Amino acid sequence: MVKRIPILFLSLITAPIYAEMKVNMPLGVTPLSHDIYWLHMTIFWICVGIGVIVFGALIYSLIKFRKSKGRIAEDFHEHTLIEIIWAVIPFLILIGMAIPATKVLIRMDNTEDADLTVKITGYQWRWKYEYLDQGISYFSNLATPANQLNNKAPKNKWYLLEVDHPLVVPTHKKIRILVTSNDVIHSWWVTELGIKRDAIPGYIHETWARIEKPGIYRGQCAELCGVNHGFMPIVVEAVSPMQFAEWVKQQTQGKVTFNTDVKLTLSKKELMGRGETAYDTYCAICHKPEGTGMPPAFPALKGDKILTGKPGDEIAIVLNGKAGTAMQAFKNQLSNEDLAAIITYIRNAWGNDDKNKQGPHAGELVQPEDIALAR
Amino acid sequence: MNSIEHAVDQHAPYNSQGFFSKVTRWIFTTNHKDIGTLYLWLSLIMFFVGGAMALLIRAELFQPGARIISPEIFNQMTTFHGLIMVFGVIMPAMVGLANWQIPMMIGAPDMALPRLNNWSFWILPFAFALLVSTLFMSGPAPNFGWTFYAPLSTTYGPKSTDFMIFSIHLLGLSSILGAINIIATIFNLRAPGMTFMKMPIFVWSWLITAFLLLAVMPVLAGVVTMMLADRHFGTSFFNAAGGGDPILFQHVFWFFGHPEVYILIMPAFGVMSEVIPTFSRKKIFGYKFMIYAISVIAFLSLLVWAHHMFTSGIPLVSELFFMYATMLIAVPTGVKIFNWVATIYKGSVTFETPMLFAIAFLFLFTLGGFSGLMLSIVPADYQYQDTYFVVAHFHYVLIPGSVYAIMAAIYYWLPKWTGHRYNERLGQWHFWLTVISTNLTFFPMHFLGLAGMPRRIPDYALQFADFNMIATIGAFIFGFSQLLFLINIVRTVRGKGPHVSNQVWEGAHGLEWTLPSPPPYHTFSSPPTIDECK
Amino acid sequence: MTSFFLNKKKLPLLLTIIAILMFGFGFALVPVYTLLCKATGINGKTGGPTQLGLLEEIDNTRWVTIQFIATNNANLNWAFYPKTTSIKLHPGENTLIYYYAENNSGKAMTVQAIPSVTPGKAAKYVKKTECFCFTQQNFKIGEKRDMPVLFHVDANLPKEINTLSLSYTLFNADKYKKAATSEKQGHL
Repeated sequence: MVKRIPILFLSLITAPIYAEMKVNMPLGVTPLSHDIYWLHMTIFWICVGIGVIVFGALIYSLIKFRKSKGRIAEDFHEHTLIEIIWAVIPFLILIGMAIPATKVLIRMDNTEDADLTVKITGYQWRWKYEYLDQGISYFSNLATPANQLNNKAPKNKWYLLEVDHPLVVPTHKKIRILVTSNDVIHSWWVTELGIKRDAIPGYIHETWARIEKPGIYRGQCAELCGVNHGFMPIVVEAVSPMQFAEWVKQQTQGKVTFNTDVKLTLSKKELMGRGETAYDTYCAICHKPEGTGMPPAFPALKGDKILTGKPGDEIAIVLNGKAGTAMQAFKNQLSNEDLAAIITYIRNAWGNDDKNKQGPHAGELVQPEDIALAR
Repeated sequence: MNSIEHAVDQHAPYNSQGFFSKVTRWIFTTNHKDIGTLYLWLSLIMFFVGGAMALLIRAELFQPGARIISPEIFNQMTTFHGLIMVFGVIMPAMVGLANWQIPMMIGAPDMALPRLNNWSFWILPFAFALLVSTLFMSGPAPNFGWTFYAPLSTTYGPKSTDFMIFSIHLLGLSSILGAINIIATIFNLRAPGMTFMKMPIFVWSWLITAFLLLAVMPVLAGVVTMMLADRHFGTSFFNAAGGGDPILFQHVFWFFGHPEVYILIMPAFGVMSEVIPTFSRKKIFGYKFMIYAISVIAFLSLLVWAHHMFTSGIPLVSELFFMYATMLIAVPTGVKIFNWVATIYKGSVTFETPMLFAIAFLFLFTLGGFSGLMLSIVPADYQYQDTYFVVAHFHYVLIPGSVYAIMAAIYYWLPKWTGHRYNERLGQWHFWLTVISTNLTFFPMHFLGLAGMPRRIPDYALQFADFNMIATIGAFIFGFSQLLFLINIVRTVRGKGPHVSNQVWEGAHGLEWTLPSPPPYHTFSSPPTIDECK
Repeated sequence: MTSFFLNKKKLPLLLTIIAILMFGFGFALVPVYTLLCKATGINGKTGGPTQLGLLEEIDNTRWVTIQFIATNNANLNWAFYPKTTSIKLHPGENTLIYYYAENNSGKAMTVQAIPSVTPGKAAKYVKKTECFCFTQQNFKIGEKRDMPVLFHVDANLPKEINTLSLSYTLFNADKYKKAATSEKQGHL
C-alpha cells in the first residue's frame, strides 16, 4: 500500500503533462525557423547516437566488471592509438555538424530587398513598433489584468502572453526587422519566427522574417531588463497582404492624434471606470493595483503628496515622464481622455480623496481639457 | 613512511584550551589542513544559503501568478543564487580540497605561502558579508543577474551595486592569492622524485586551473573596476552617451566568465580521476592524455567567450569562429569521458558512495555536454539563448559536474581526514535522493526552454505550468536531501563511525594513503621517498 | 628556466606580475575593441570625418536605398527625427540630409548622437564628411535645429547590399560634457 503512494502521486502530476505535452522547439512558420528546427533535430539525434554508444559502453562495463561477480582488475592503462582514434572520430562528427550549421548561418545573412521595414524598440517594459515606410508607430503593452497576476481572477488562456496592440505583418513578404533599445538591453524573441535579437541602446541590429502561415505568434523578452522583465510579451499577428493593406489604411486614416481639441467633460463615474481599466494596463505593473508601488524604485501613489495637492504636477509627470527614473512619457501613448481618467482615478482611489486627511484639494477631478492644456 | 616524525607533533593545537584560544587558533592558523577545513565549512554553509535562495525562486515558480516573493526580490534572489553558488560554494570547496590534498599528494609539509593562505581564506567571509549586507539595505540589492550586464548594472543599477563591486574585488583577490599559492606549492614543494608526470591528476588539474584563475580573475577585477568608474568617476566604458559600448561589457565579462566555468569544472575532473581508478581497482587509463586534454580545454576556454553573445549581433565571421572553437572543446572533453569509461572497463568495480557520485557524474555531465554541444550551434542558439534550456544546460554541468565531484571527494577523503568511516547507508540514501531530484528538477527545464520559456522571469504563461511544478518539487527534494549530507559529515567529524586504516579504500593509490588516518597536524616534515605511486 | 621557476622567492613574484598584467590586459581590451569595431564595423559603428566622395568614383550601375532612423534614449523629452526618411542613391554620390532636433526637456542640455549602421558589414562603407554626431551638441531650452549629415556610400560596398539603415540614437551627454562642442546648424 505504501508503495502505491508514489505511483499515485506520479500519475497525478503526469496526467496534465500528457494533456498538453510541449517538449520540443516548434517548427515555426518562417524559412529561418524551419532551418533552425531541422538543425536542432539533426544535432539532437547525433547526440542521442553518441549517447547510446558511450552510455552503452559505460553500463556494460559497470555490469560486467563488478567486484561482486569476482572480477579481478586487469592491468592496462595506456594505448596511444586508441586515444588518437577517439579524438579523431568526434572531430569528424563535429565537422559533420559544422557544415550544415555554417550553411544555415550564411543563409540567415540574407540581404535581398525587403518589402517592409519594422523598427522595434525595447522600453522598460514594453515594445514600440514603428513601420518606417507607412509612418505607423505605437507601443505594445502587456494586456493581462493585474487581478489575474495576483490570482484574484481566473487566468486567461494567454496569461502573460497577450498585448494591447500586436505587431501586425503581412504573410509571404520579406519583413526587415530592425531592433534597438531605449534604455537597457532587451531581446526580442518569437520562437515560431526563429528570431531572437538583442536590443542594445545606441546600436541597431537587423534580422528578417518571411511568414508562411497566417496566425498569431507569441514570444517574450529574453534578456533580463529589470523588475518587469517577465511582463513584456510580444504578439505578432500575421495576416494576408490584403488584410495588411486594409489595416495600414485604417491606422493611417483613423490615426489618433492626441492633441486634438476634444473638450469633452466626463462625469466622475466615467472617469473612474475608464481610469481603473487604463491604470491596470499601463501603471499597475510598477505602481501596483493597490497603489503601494515598489519603493524606492516605484513610489507609492497611495497618500502621495503630489496627488493629493492641487492638480498640475502629476499631469506633467505623466505626460513627460520623470528623467532618470523608469517613469516614462505617456504623452504619445495615450489619449487625453485616458490620461484624464487615469489621473482622476489615482487622485481618488485608495483613500487619496479623503479631504480630512489629505487636505482641501484631495480628490479633485482632472478633465481631458486639462490634459490638452498641459500638453 | 616513517612513523617517528609524526610521533613528535608538538605544534598540534589539539590541546588548545578555552574559547578564546580555540577561536584564535582558527583565525591565525597557517596550517593547510586547518585552512582546507575552513574553506570546506564556508562552502557548505554557503551551499545552504544559496540553496535556500534557489528554493525561494522555485517556490515562486511553483504555480503561475504572484505568490511568495515580488519580482524585485525574485531578481535579487537569482542574482545572489548565481553569485553565491559560483563564488561562495564551488570555488571555495575546490580550494578547500586543494588545500587539504595537494600537500599530502605531492609530499609537501604545507602550502608554499602559509600566511598568504590564511589571508586568502579570511578575505572571503568579509567579501560575502559585504555582498549579503546589500539584502538588508533600504534600497534594492543587486538585481541584474550574476552576469550583471551593463547598462542594467551601471546606469540603471541600484546604489548597493557598489558593495557588490567591492565584494567581487575581494573575492577576486582571494582567488588570485590562492592560485599563486597553489602554483608555488606545486612548483616548489614536490617531494624528491615526484616529477610532474608522476603527479596525481587532481594536482595536475588544479595546477592548470590555478593558471587559468591567474589569467582571468584579474580581468573580472578589471571589468568591475570599469563599472565602478562608469558609475562614479564620469568614465563611459559601457555607456554609448560618452562613446562607450554596452557590448564591450559582455566581451570583457565573458572573457573572464567562460574560463570561470572551466575553473569550476576542471578540479572536478581531477577528483573523478582519483575516485574512478580507486573503485575500479585499476590505474587511470591514458594518464598523459588526460593531462593533455585538460590543458587543451583550458587553452580553448580562453577563445570561446563570444558564444554567450550570439544574439547580440556580432558579425558572421566571429560567429563562425566562436562556433567552431566551442565545438572543438567537445574533443578533449570526449577524450576524458572515454578514458574514464576505459578505466572502469575490465576493472573490478565496487559501488561505495564516492563511486556512485562519480558514475552519476559520468552520465549526467555527459548529458550537460550534449546540450552544450547543441548550444554551440549558432543558428540553434538563437532559439536556446537565454531560455530554460540554457538553465538546464549549466545546471547539468555544474551540479552533476562540479557539485557531485565535490560530494564524491568529501565521501572519498573524509575518512582519511577524520579517521572515521562515514555512514555508508546514509551516504547511499543521500546519493539516490540527490540524483533522482537533480533530474526531476532540471530535466523538465530542457522542455520548458525549447517550448519558449525565457530564463529569469518571476511568472510564466500557463503552458509552462506543469513542468515548473515538477521542477519545484524536485528542487525541494534536492534541497532537503542535502541535510543527509550535512548529518553524515557532522557524524563523521565528531567521530561516529568505525575507525579506518591508513589505506581506507582497497584500491586507493597515492601518497596521502600512506599517512595515518587522520593524518597528524604536520605531515611530510621530511619528504617521503617516491617509488610505488604512479 | 627551470631553476627560475623553482626559485621560492621569485616564483610568487612572477605570478603576481602576471596577475597585474592581466588586470591591465582587461583595460587594454577597451582600445583594442574600439579599433576592431572601427575596422570591421562591429555594432555598425561608423568612422570619423572623411573626404567627399569623388565624382569619378560614382558607381552608376546600381542603386542603394538608405533609410534614416532616429531613437531617443532614456525617454529623452526631445523631438528628434530625420527630415528625409529614406533616399535612393548611387554608391559614391555625395548626399546632404538633415535631422531635426528640438529640446523640449525644459532645460539646457548637451546631447550626443550615436550612429549605427545595419547591416553591420556595410558600416565601414558609410563615409561621412560632415555629421552632427562627430561632436556633442549644446541646446538651449526649447531650441530647435536642423542638423546636417553629409555623406556618401563607398563605391566598394559589397554588391549584395542594396538597403542599409543609418540610425542615430540621441543620448543625454550632460555627464560627459567636453570643452569642444558644436552648435553647428543647418537651415531651418
